[in-house]
Amino acid sequence: MTAITPLAPTGFALRVRGLRKTFGDVVAVDGLDLEVSPGECFGLLGPNGAGKTTTIEICEGLTEPDTGDVELLGRTWPDHGDELRQRLGIQLQETQLSEKLTVEETLRLFRSFYRRGRDIQDVIALVQLEEKRRARVGTLSGGQKQRLALGCALVGDPDLVFLDEPTTGLDPQARRQVWELVEQLKVTGRTILLTTHYMDEAERLCDQVAIVDHGRNIALGTPRQLIAGLGAEQIVSFAVEGATEALDAAALGAVAEAVRATQPPRATGTGWELPVAATHEAIPTLLAELDRRGLTLSELRTHLPTLEDVFVSLTGRALRDA
Amino acid sequence: MPDAGQRAPVRPALIELTLVRLKEFVREPEALFWVFGFPLLLALGLGIAFRNRAPESIRIGVLQSLPSAVAASLDSVPGLSAVRITDDRAGAQALRNADVAVVVAPGANGGVEYRFDPSRPDARTARLLVDNAVQRGAGRVNPLPVSESTISERGARYIDFFIPGLLGLNLMGSGIWSIAFAVVTARKQKLLKRLVATPMSRAQYLMSFLLSRLFFLVIEVGALVGFGALVFDVPVRGSLVALGVVCLIAALTFSAMGLLVASRARTVEAVSGLANLVMLPMWIFSGVFFSAANFPKALQPFIQALPLTGTVDALRAIMLRGASLTTVSGELLLLLGWLVVPFVVALRLFRWR
Repeated sequence: MTAITPLAPTGFALRVRGLRKTFGDVVAVDGLDLEVSPGECFGLLGPNGAGKTTTIEICEGLTEPDTGDVELLGRTWPDHGDELRQRLGIQLQETQLSEKLTVEETLRLFRSFYRRGRDIQDVIALVQLEEKRRARVGTLSGGQKQRLALGCALVGDPDLVFLDEPTTGLDPQARRQVWELVEQLKVTGRTILLTTHYMDEAERLCDQVAIVDHGRNIALGTPRQLIAGLGAEQIVSFAVEGATEALDAAALGAVAEAVRATQPPRATGTGWELPVAATHEAIPTLLAELDRRGLTLSELRTHLPTLEDVFVSLTGRALRDA
Repeated sequence: MPDAGQRAPVRPALIELTLVRLKEFVREPEALFWVFGFPLLLALGLGIAFRNRAPESIRIGVLQSLPSAVAASLDSVPGLSAVRITDDRAGAQALRNADVAVVVAPGANGGVEYRFDPSRPDARTARLLVDNAVQRGAGRVNPLPVSESTISERGARYIDFFIPGLLGLNLMGSGIWSIAFAVVTARKQKLLKRLVATPMSRAQYLMSFLLSRLFFLVIEVGALVGFGALVFDVPVRGSLVALGVVCLIAALTFSAMGLLVASRARTVEAVSGLANLVMLPMWIFSGVFFSAANFPKALQPFIQALPLTGTVDALRAIMLRGASLTTVSGELLLLLGWLVVPFVVALRLFRWR
């Protein structure tokens, strides 16, 4: 692919400033800013209802913001609507393509809307649906349907691609196939904005991640930077025998201080999590502290910090049950 | 690197959209049945039910107490079939059950009494036949000789009346349903939203529905008119061109109404309700199954303003009376009105997501 993305006057492929959108009493997006550089894969990470879909649909020109500016490829809605639609590739969260059509017919239809674009046979190969070329959409698996939806987003050879929760509801193997596809897109220099509530997806695919909660951007950076911001080498999870009340808030605070936790401890329901800077020092201290209080460990694990832990430390809630 | 459409030529979007419409329709066997099979079955059923046949004889009851000479004169009257009835009670019962149209009983002064319900046309006919037979049996001679000749004119039978009505009904049904269902399904599946996120022309999207309707129109009209002509010898006295023009305008009109019905609805249930609401008055009032003239005069302005009334009237005029397009210009103007207004309103109301 040699498509050249002309630099926008601002130098960004996508720039969003002060975006706000309410639906009745519900504030979906509450003053959001985004800056996506050309060729970057930018992730909006957040729980369901955080305003990710509203944000991406405003960028796609499907929803009008109450206030705020959106600039894509140096253009704006609605002044350059026709031109922008020619250059965007879009995958929506809930689209069901017509079940009566075949894979090939569906792509051919979408291709016919674009002035320039890719040969549909190349797109079929790209999304690995060669064997399903003449299969009706209704007979495809969830992962195959999603790859077809991605194919429809790519037939117009877009400069900027929007993917709204591209792997939600897919099994692990189908997710990996979609990831590989997105990685191939990145190699060809496309700018991608994707939303997800899977931290592993954001960590694997995104160059930049914005963590979004309640319609606001609460953290921005590369996945590495965000995780490093926790100041933790490992997250130590532990549980004690007996009721969880065995360790009250004051005692927990004392334990956290003793192991020099980099963030306040968090209850997981069955035990607690402590982000620590030096695992080799923290674990002996933890064991000694619990022993001193006459408590017996029933569980002890450690894991490398993830974006999930970043989200937890920022909001006090887990991403999945947020 | 492959460039735009080197291997497979990219057809214009309007053609692709129309082809998709056709494929989606053909791949839906139920829809095919309702559009093509059902009207033919209906025509066949009603054509058989209302076929012209020798008039059935009317049953009359003869009380056993009737003098045997009078009773004998009723036994072999063409158009009547007499049954013996034992007493007054059985006679009253037979009348109530409509087993017989008239009960003939002995009357005062050696005469004859006819018991019947004058609101039943067959009872009035039977009374005349019975009286004629009784009086002739008693010796009456007709002062004036009469002769009869009977006709069965092609074009005057029920099936002749019904085929143009059914054609109109079919144009309405398939026009409204095919668009309403397809649009609302696409909206519900968020496919409409996906399509408007592409550079697709919205006008072309809507136009593809009209174009695909026109394609099926040819088959639909051909099947029904051909079936009527082959099976029941239903005439097409006017020109086929005039018939085609009326069908074309009617199809576009009902498509526009279908578009209007589908312009806001989000669910198939909602659009079904709306479509039925729009079509039901026309099913009843527009003179498909029987003449609209049967309805009270006060309703006529409303009935005459319905697009299906205009369609059916124009089709009957052309098929049965050989009318030209000029003769049915009033109906065509009415249809054009129903084409333009709903279409413009639908475009304004249309919900794309």
